[in-house]
Amino acid sequence: MRTWVLTIVLAVGTVLLKTIGPVLAGGRQPPAPLTRVIALVAPALISALIVTGTFTAGRHLVIDARAAGLAVGAIALWLRMPAVLAMLLGAIVCALLRLVV
Amino acid sequence: MSFGILASPLLGAIPSILMSAVVWSGTAQFAALSILTSGGGLALAASAALLANTRFLPMGFAIAPSMTGGPLRRLLTGALLADASFVIGHRAGGRFDITALAWAAPVQYVAWVGGTIAGVAGAEAIGDPSRWGLDVFFPVFYLSLLLPELFPEHAPRSMRPIIVAALAAAITLLLTPVTPPGVPVLVAAAAALLGLRAPPESPGQAGVGDEA
Repeated sequence: MRTWVLTIVLAVGTVLLKTIGPVLAGGRQPPAPLTRVIALVAPALISALIVTGTFTAGRHLVIDARAAGLAVGAIALWLRMPAVLAMLLGAIVCALLRLVV
Repeated sequence: MSFGILASPLLGAIPSILMSAVVWSGTAQFAALSILTSGGGLALAASAALLANTRFLPMGFAIAPSMTGGPLRRLLTGALLADASFVIGHRAGGRFDITALAWAAPVQYVAWVGGTIAGVAGAEAIGDPSRWGLDVFFPVFYLSLLLPELFPEHAPRSMRPIIVAALAAAITLLLTPVTPPGVPVLVAAAAALLGLRAPPESPGQAGVGDEA
């Protein structure tokens, strides 16, 4: 019972959060300052997602094999390798480090 | 996959799969699961999960100007919003390729639900997917999409996206130990408010990107 209530609340809430913006502000060109802010939302959020996915475990900051994997991936991208290859290299380094350490 | 592995002992196999199918949000589901696992109640689990998803609010407003069609169409397209589809759909200058965003969504959906089923089925056999380094896939993938944003090749380079990205990273690092999951990413989005200042910018205002 508890799980079903949770599932429904999460589903409805998540869809609401995702759709309020598109429904209210869709198709219109916002004023210039807002356009500049919107252009910067993506770099801000992507950067935060990278940090969350690499340097956190729950509420703890950690530096583990993922950091090495990301570093290798970053070097690969910097050398203009395709993204898929960079992801694979990062994962391989990360997995190998976990084997060793 | 890891959600299925972690959730099925606590919630049961079928409820875990159905939750992935209906909610379709890893952050929210993991947030709720971690509260339930640590003995928290239903209300706490639900509010933590929804708090973790409030980042979709600024994302929704960010993609809105690029959308066409009536409110119903925008509603349905907006429901396809997810972290990865947002990243895949974004283009230079704050525009969004809504078609790319929409096509990315079903792929992720199948992967997410299929992964949960696989996780539930092989909760013991598969073990931890992080053993294979798969948890690095997303950060490296996100980085591949962030770099062109910071160092555009065919547009005049600006310090501003770099400063904003560094500020967002710093905010996330600072807030992670002291706030529930999801809050750091949401607050980090506020770094974009730097854009409210007029474009003639002084390139010397860096120095916010302190690392942990």
